[in-house]
Amino acid sequence: MSNASAATLAAEQARAPAQIKYRSQAVAKPYFMAAIGLFIGQILFGLIIGLQYVKGDFLFPAISFSTARMVHTNLLIVWLLFGFMGAGYFLIPEECERELYSPKLAIITFWVFLVAGALTIVGYLGLPYNVLAHLTGNDLLPTMGRGYLEQPLITKVGIVLVALSFLFNLSMTLLSGRKTSISIVMLLGLWGLAIFFLFSFVNPNNLVLDKYFWWWVVHLWVEGVWELIMGAMLAFVLVKVTGVDREIIEKWLYLIIAMTLITGIIGTGHHYFWIGTPAYWQVWGSIFSALEPVPFFMMTMFAFNMVKRRRREHPNQAATLWALGTGVMSFLGAGVWGFLGTLSVVNYYTHGTQLTASHGHMAFYGAYAMVVLTMISYTMPLLRGREANSPQAQNVEKLAFWVMTLSIVGITLCLTAAGATQVWLQRMSSAPLSFMETQEHIMPLYWARLVCGLGFFSGLMLYLISFFVTGKRQD
Amino acid sequence: MSASFTKSTARNIFYGGSVFFFLLFLGLTLDTTMALPSHNAKAKLTDAAVRGKKIWETRNCGGCHTLLGEGAYFGPELGNVYVRRGPDFIKGWMKAMPTNVPGRRQMPQFHLNDGELDDVVAFLKYTSEINTNNWPPNIQG
Repeated sequence: MSNASAATLAAEQARAPAQIKYRSQAVAKPYFMAAIGLFIGQILFGLIIGLQYVKGDFLFPAISFSTARMVHTNLLIVWLLFGFMGAGYFLIPEECERELYSPKLAIITFWVFLVAGALTIVGYLGLPYNVLAHLTGNDLLPTMGRGYLEQPLITKVGIVLVALSFLFNLSMTLLSGRKTSISIVMLLGLWGLAIFFLFSFVNPNNLVLDKYFWWWVVHLWVEGVWELIMGAMLAFVLVKVTGVDREIIEKWLYLIIAMTLITGIIGTGHHYFWIGTPAYWQVWGSIFSALEPVPFFMMTMFAFNMVKRRRREHPNQAATLWALGTGVMSFLGAGVWGFLGTLSVVNYYTHGTQLTASHGHMAFYGAYAMVVLTMISYTMPLLRGREANSPQAQNVEKLAFWVMTLSIVGITLCLTAAGATQVWLQRMSSAPLSFMETQEHIMPLYWARLVCGLGFFSGLMLYLISFFVTGKRQD
Repeated sequence: MSASFTKSTARNIFYGGSVFFFLLFLGLTLDTTMALPSHNAKAKLTDAAVRGKKIWETRNCGGCHTLLGEGAYFGPELGNVYVRRGPDFIKGWMKAMPTNVPGRRQMPQFHLNDGELDDVVAFLKYTSEINTNNWPPNIQG
């Protein structure tokens, strides 16, 4: 390191306390670092399963597809939760205009969550799943082996305890501080997240009821309360980078989340078409879920409108780019691609195909990965003692934005074509092919998807590198 | 947005709308749970099927397969496999795994005994009896 950059660094460190408004906001930093680390792990396992799609016996039996996929999806959930928690610890003190109730508790909670998460992944990879289930008390209360909720009972209990500690800390901060709409919506979303996770302990023997209440976690998370968290995070960053009057931003926020829950709660019904539930869900589910793109479209309009009406030029342009990006990509992924398969007459043919996977990939990235990255982009420079990163670092970050985003578009298009092929050959043809015969016809698309996946990984590496680019500071 | 439409109006729509539609959802849920026994009158949830469901879960079968269209998309749909292949094929298939055909997708060997294999079959028989409103479109799943 040159003397000049060392001097710059020292100056930055000296200025650090002046940059975040409340010292306790600093607890967000380890959460964001863990989120990025787990994100990288998620993508590595994504590449493994992407390769297994084309080379079926890759890593078998050491890491079977089901194990690698479980690690891929569970790491996704956990890094997003780390991101939400980091966002909560940063946002709530600033909105409430006071220090966090207990920074120490926040740090203890961080380590508990990280160690529990790591042990769970080690368990997945190191033990046969049924042995892990047996050792961790699944016989007492069977909860494992259902998509996204594969965690052992003790991990699930741990998640509840971590969430309670987090929510206690934030709620105590809010109760004795300034109560803004953004902070209230953020906490409502986080409380909802914790409450609906309790349905992961509900696993009736009746498969229909099992599936029915499984969606109370999965759907009411991602098409319900998580959108409150997303909206609050986006609103927070937009207030900061645009300087637009808070009253206007908060009015938008309430309208967006109103539409989210008005459409999304009954919209759960689009999962109740073919799982053994009464046929009337085809009407309820189709109508309400067809309206679910509305709040996402409002999210796009919101982001662009606020940036257009901005009253200041914030030096952190990368954060603004992420905010606009999440507006667009959440609408495309959750809104448009969600709509593609949501009407029951269409869903009859598309249910359980790669079309579902295409929607899942773009929606999770566009809505939740990107809003967490928006928050990290805005807060990390502040947590590192500067208002914004150097233009050079921001350029690398913006390039990473484009590489990752275009790669996920590529993945989505490949999987959409794969799903359409599946529907055509296996479900609509007059001489339907079997599942495995159909898969053979899709191979070129799976190869193309893998290439896009490698593209995504290189974008993620660029993103990581952007944190280490110093460059000339803007003063 | 017009100035007469205030933040508190938006907030009231949010709280009112959320509460109303959540209560409606609870009502529909109650109706669904009451309608299930007659809707799925043919589906016999035997003790063996319940044991089979536990095996399904603890071997993470849904990590590769779909069941009534839900799960992973790496292996075939199994909700109707009992009808498509029959009980003996299912047991023979699971005993023969993995195929070890180079480059082909591999299913693990779970070392289930005959009683456990019967439980898995009982569970898959039960799933095939669930009234799915005629899904999937054909026997291929």
